[in-house]
Amino acid sequence: MIPIEHFLIVSASLFVIGVFGIFLNRKNIIIILMSIELILASVNINFVVFSSYLGDLVGQVFAMFILTVAAAEAAIGLAIIVCFYRLRNSIFIEDANTMKG
Amino acid sequence: MALYFFYFFASTAILSSFFVIFANNPVHSVLWLIVTFFSVAGFFILVGAEFLALLLMIVYVGALAVLFLFVVMMLNINFAGLRSGVAQYLPFGILIGLVIFIELILAFVPWDFKEQSFNNLSSPINLSETNTVALGKVVYTDYFLLFQCAGIILLIAMIGSIVLTLRSRPDVKRQNITEQIFRDPNSSIEVKDINPGEGI
Repeated sequence: MIPIEHFLIVSASLFVIGVFGIFLNRKNIIIILMSIELILASVNINFVVFSSYLGDLVGQVFAMFILTVAAAEAAIGLAIIVCFYRLRNSIFIEDANTMKG
Repeated sequence: MALYFFYFFASTAILSSFFVIFANNPVHSVLWLIVTFFSVAGFFILVGAEFLALLLMIVYVGALAVLFLFVVMMLNINFAGLRSGVAQYLPFGILIGLVIFIELILAFVPWDFKEQSFNNLSSPINLSETNTVALGKVVYTDYFLLFQCAGIILLIAMIGSIVLTLRSRPDVKRQNITEQIFRDPNSSIEVKDINPGEGI
């Protein structure tokens, strides 16, 4: 049996790489969406590993719901990107300044 | 043996997720994302969650990654401009990443399950049946309403993305069926009496 800390450290590093990617690629919204997918994958690893090591199936059910929400979120996000590209002809986040926020 | 597989999947997951971030071309990023999800699916198989592993393959590799690829290839993007300013954000990003990583390690490494937590499991894993059967028995009974909610979320996401990307272009000729059906012969046909040898 692999010690549980191994899995947790890998999922922690995936999470950190995802956060790091959001900071690093602040102009490219597609890479930001991919980084969010990385973060959700690391959370999924945590849910499944804890569920398996505890011997309780509920964690895997929740991982399934996270998968659903991640798929919905990516689909809507990409639709918004396509809309934004039609309006501005670019996907730079700096061009999203109509509301001057 | 399982430990070697674990190290293999762990190294590919971490390396490929690094390449997702640092690849110059978003198409390469999407392909590295696929590799990352493959190794995450390997983790799931190692801990005995085969159904979720295959679900991850189908949902992420089969649907999401292809969706990303479509969007990246459809939009004509200037990729060189997107990389500018990375050096400016690098130190701050490394700082935030290190802080989060140390916090997570401090939380995870001394981790241990309490003895009581093994006594009150809501749906214990029964090793005599396969993972898919066990998951189906839980999802369709205890978590039935949540499962329906997940379906509604997917439906709303589908409708939302269609509504967002649909556009009616005025320069494209389209068939208007209602107009066609309600067309009246009396108003659309005109009988003219033309004298021989003359035009209209």
